[in-house]
Amino acid sequence: MDSDEEDYLYACDSGNESSGDDVDVGLDFDSGDESERSGNKYSSSRDTNTNTEDYPYEVLSTEDITRHMIECIKEVNSVVNIPVTTTRILLNHFKWDKEKLMERFYDGDQDKLFLEAHVVSPFKTTNKPQKVAVKTSNGMEECNICFLSMPSALMTGIECGHRFCTDCWTEYLTTKIIDEGMGQTISCAAHNCPILVDDHTVMRLIVDPKVKLKYQHLITKSFVECNRLLRWCPYPDCNYAIKVQYPDPRPVMCKCRNVFCFNCGENWHDPVRCHLLRRWIKKCDDDSETSNWIAANTKECPKCKVTIEKDGGCNHMVCKNQSCKADFCWVCLGPWEPHGSSWYSCNRYDEDEAKQARDAQEKSRAALQRYLFYCNRYMNHMQSLKFEHKLYASVKEKMEEMQQHNMSWIEVQFLKKAVDILCECRQTLMFTYVFAYYLRKNNQSVIFEDNQKDVESATETLSEYLERDITQENLADIKQKVQDKYRYCDQRRRKLLEHVHEGYEKDWWEYSEP
Amino acid sequence: MSLLKEPPPGVTVDVDQAHTKLTEWVVHMEGASGTLYEGEKFQLQFKFSPKYPFDSPEVIFVGEHIPIHPHIYSNGHICLSILTEDWSPALSVQAICLSIISMLSSCKEKKRPPDNSYYVKTCSANPKKTKWWYHDDTV
Repeated sequence: MDSDEEDYLYACDSGNESSGDDVDVGLDFDSGDESERSGNKYSSSRDTNTNTEDYPYEVLSTEDITRHMIECIKEVNSVVNIPVTTTRILLNHFKWDKEKLMERFYDGDQDKLFLEAHVVSPFKTTNKPQKVAVKTSNGMEECNICFLSMPSALMTGIECGHRFCTDCWTEYLTTKIIDEGMGQTISCAAHNCPILVDDHTVMRLIVDPKVKLKYQHLITKSFVECNRLLRWCPYPDCNYAIKVQYPDPRPVMCKCRNVFCFNCGENWHDPVRCHLLRRWIKKCDDDSETSNWIAANTKECPKCKVTIEKDGGCNHMVCKNQSCKADFCWVCLGPWEPHGSSWYSCNRYDEDEAKQARDAQEKSRAALQRYLFYCNRYMNHMQSLKFEHKLYASVKEKMEEMQQHNMSWIEVQFLKKAVDILCECRQTLMFTYVFAYYLRKNNQSVIFEDNQKDVESATETLSEYLERDITQENLADIKQKVQDKYRYCDQRRRKLLEHVHEGYEKDWWEYSEP
Repeated sequence: MSLLKEPPPGVTVDVDQAHTKLTEWVVHMEGASGTLYEGEKFQLQFKFSPKYPFDSPEVIFVGEHIPIHPHIYSNGHICLSILTEDWSPALSVQAICLSIISMLSSCKEKKRPPDNSYYVKTCSANPKKTKWWYHDDTV
């Protein structure tokens, strides 16, 4: 295959753009980014996070991804002499791990390799079996899908030899692509035939540009998703992907300015680690408001622990759990019998059983209280961060106001810087509560909490300064205050993170499993 | 088509029914001789969507008599991979009937699927909406 043909898959891209087709949703970005797109190398030194200098990465646009994909195929093809279409299927089979493919190609049983990847070995081109088509005398074939007799020129198939008419093929591929969202994994239309349809054939048979585009998207998508060195930016509607040299839980910044963790795709969450954050997010999804309500309105049956809501009636409870049916008192949770008819003078507080029941209840309430404590603080910072754009707007206004008060543009930049730092602090603080929730108390955790407290209170003061009205009288005064405060915040935030990182290195942190 | 000309043994299409509505067929089927279902009569209902044959038909057992089989639920739903994910447009009604007859014929013990009562209570009326989990191809 010559190199021209390697681009056929994307050859129709330019056609779409020039015709002004509205289906190309891949590039909905600020025109301001246009100039940056050509030079796609994005060095991490522009990142605001300090600890990323040693973690180089690139931001790739959809076109870059395609180019990268073609490069990968070329690279393999320069070593292995098989058709590009086959290389693509093989690479996809190995999740785009070139080394693994090479290893299997040269070390193992090649026939087995092709069989596993669902392609016909390109080395066995001798006889293409005509399994399906029934040739009739006058150069006509019957298509086994629509049962129409077609001239052979209108019948087609892939290496497995199953032939169907082009209309049926097109319809079949369209259904697979549009309805089932399949890309590289569409197999031959014949029953039980595992051979995959290569991209060249798909692009040849599909005419509708929308279907073609969807197919390209699906292929790019699966390329990024199964490639461990690539990750889509998780920001809504962002079509960039990040390419790293080795996967690691590090902050990466997309061209859309979204900063996220390369390892897990969540917002950058230092100091807490990915696995704890995942657990936390799951817990928040499960619990939050529901548990809040349960804590306020229910008790548990002292015998079977089923959750009970008392919606009226007397204090004599009979558990509705058919295998339990415990009689107990709602007030003291002790067994009902000793209460007799004088429940209202429920004076059996120090009975052992009732005490145990209350203790158990207390314990679960305490666990819930603890969770809600951390959850509230976490949510609070998250909420405040969501208002960040509002704050930027109001600060911008203030900056303009100050410029009217004989301050130069450069002199008022401190306000924007202050908001940047405020946001960074909130983001860090937010995740410190997740970290703290799982942290078991020891000497280091006390130091951590002191650091956290310090950043927290400084951040709140800074936030207050920024919300406060800036008048002409206090201008010089407030500038000094704000600058001092944000420097302090920034410094303390870094110290807090350093301390946690040191703890990771020295194994200080012990986790509880609530 | 070939189903009318050379049907598998014991299979007939209810032609009158198919004439009234081309997208809904009823196929009469008889248990093959020498199997556990010998002499039993069943009805299969086929519903074809406008996308047929690229979309698989919806196939269930209907009528009074639903075969008792480890892959057939008492509401007539059939757990057979070619009816959903392994469907190919090159398959035909005849091929489906053949598959079902062979599925019945290879059965060694008449019983319902283990999760029958739960499934029948909770499933959608359309078996294609069930996320089938094909785990046993011995029967």
